[in-house]
Amino acid sequence: MSPMLLADLTVFTLALLVGFEVISKVPATLHTPLMSGANAIHGVVIVGVMLLAATVTGIGGYVLLAVAAFCAAMNVTGGYVVTDRMLAMFRSRS
Amino acid sequence: MSAFDTIVHLVYLACAVSFVIGLHLMNAPATARRGNRISAAGMAVAILTTAVVLGHGGVVTTGAVVALVIGAVAGGTAGLVAARRVKMTAMPQLVSLFNAVGGGAAALIALGDHTATTQAAVTGALDVAIGALTFTGSLVASGKLAGRIPGRPLVVPFGRLISAGLAAIAVLFSVWFVGDGSNWLLAVVAIAALAAGVLLTLPIGGADMPVVISLLNACTGTAVAMAGFVLESTPLIIAGGLVGAAGAILTKLMADAMNRPISAIIAGGYGTGDAVTVSAGSASAPVREITADDAAIQLAYAGKVVIVPGYGLAAAQAQHEAVALAEALTAHGVEVTYAIHPVAGRMPGHMNVLLAEANAPYDQLRDLEESNPEFARTDVVLVVGANDVTNPAARRPGNPVSGMPILDVDKARSVIVLKRSLGHGYAGIDNELYTDPRTAMLFADAKAGLAALLSGLHAYAG
Repeated sequence: MSPMLLADLTVFTLALLVGFEVISKVPATLHTPLMSGANAIHGVVIVGVMLLAATVTGIGGYVLLAVAAFCAAMNVTGGYVVTDRMLAMFRSRS
Repeated sequence: MSAFDTIVHLVYLACAVSFVIGLHLMNAPATARRGNRISAAGMAVAILTTAVVLGHGGVVTTGAVVALVIGAVAGGTAGLVAARRVKMTAMPQLVSLFNAVGGGAAALIALGDHTATTQAAVTGALDVAIGALTFTGSLVASGKLAGRIPGRPLVVPFGRLISAGLAAIAVLFSVWFVGDGSNWLLAVVAIAALAAGVLLTLPIGGADMPVVISLLNACTGTAVAMAGFVLESTPLIIAGGLVGAAGAILTKLMADAMNRPISAIIAGGYGTGDAVTVSAGSASAPVREITADDAAIQLAYAGKVVIVPGYGLAAAQAQHEAVALAEALTAHGVEVTYAIHPVAGRMPGHMNVLLAEANAPYDQLRDLEESNPEFARTDVVLVVGANDVTNPAARRPGNPVSGMPILDVDKARSVIVLKRSLGHGYAGIDNELYTDPRTAMLFADAKAGLAALLSGLHAYAG
């Protein structure tokens, strides 16, 4: 295994553990917003799509890139906005 | 490592920290919205930083920039409009749709990438398989929740055999791809996974969809992390891992609350979906029926009323009627609270969102642990479209709901169950609560029944 892969694996494993620890404390009331918020966070895939733009060539590559960008942008903007809308409703009237 | 690379790496690290802090702040209703915004700010910085990286590298062709911008603007607009316009009852299927496109984007990254290392090949094959499966699986889940695909389990002939065959094809071509490196092999993996996503989700009943969406959310997170391995991009690996863990925990919490092993849910063929049309009279003991007007009077003269909203309320979109009734009762001097089971509604915590949308005061919403001690001093419990989560049989061993955490509705002085029929719930057994002498049944659709109770309240109780 390359040092790079080892470093990546370390980061991935620790991210899983941090996710487990942070999230297992959320009350059931907030599970749906949490699911939606986590859904928005994997919208980080748009960063990956942008990095992909540096390598694609040809019409086929550009079409694939545009479709991937469409999907990722929809995930990230929609995800954060709908989560925000949900959370805006959690308020006390008193 | 150049100074530029170092700065970029540190900025990405800060973004990852903002995701973790954002999720942490979502622990409590008071800070949840701020948490989501911190996470969104981190995301915006990550995107801007990546744009700077691309500009600094100077290797992106004009064609790629045009494709990227057109795709991102169109997708961003579509996501924004959908998120702004969606009704809160339709929100679970929208989240499922966003999950689908996220998985699709992750799969496309590996399909478009040409890094010829073993690391990129192995993680790329995983990325394509998981991402493509999540894409179609989430689309089917979204369709089931939206009613475009029937919610009942659709059993495909030889479905399991075909799925196993597809899995074998995916594994075979993945191994071949790792050795060979031709991208068409990866396309075969993608097609097999797309078909498997449909086949695996179709046989799962509508009531199981919350667990399935949660599981698919975890899958997308994992696919994104795999895309991070392909591109050697730390923010993707961290965020993907975080979401993978989040979805996995939620899936387990949900399945535990429903007292169902995750493996049984994935196997499918279980549950009735939205349309519970089992005819009345299936219970062995007689039940007592009540009219809406009698029930309204009983509610009006109670000291304390607990409303138990369930799947039927969410399916009938009756949250506004429920809150209107609660407000009328409060105005009449009755103490009203809502007892919310962890799996009430269509997604974990969905009932809280629905009631919050209808302006139910947050301090009237009680979870399982807070509610159960209160039932003993409750005059009337109004159960709206909830079934298995109130079945006292869960306290005894030897039946499908045994051991499931339930709301102790039967401890109250009287119970009114608003339900369309005596049809079975999700577990497929009689609810002993309905034949309890203290229970009265009001047979109606949740929305119509609550409206009838409200008008009865106005007519007979001032």
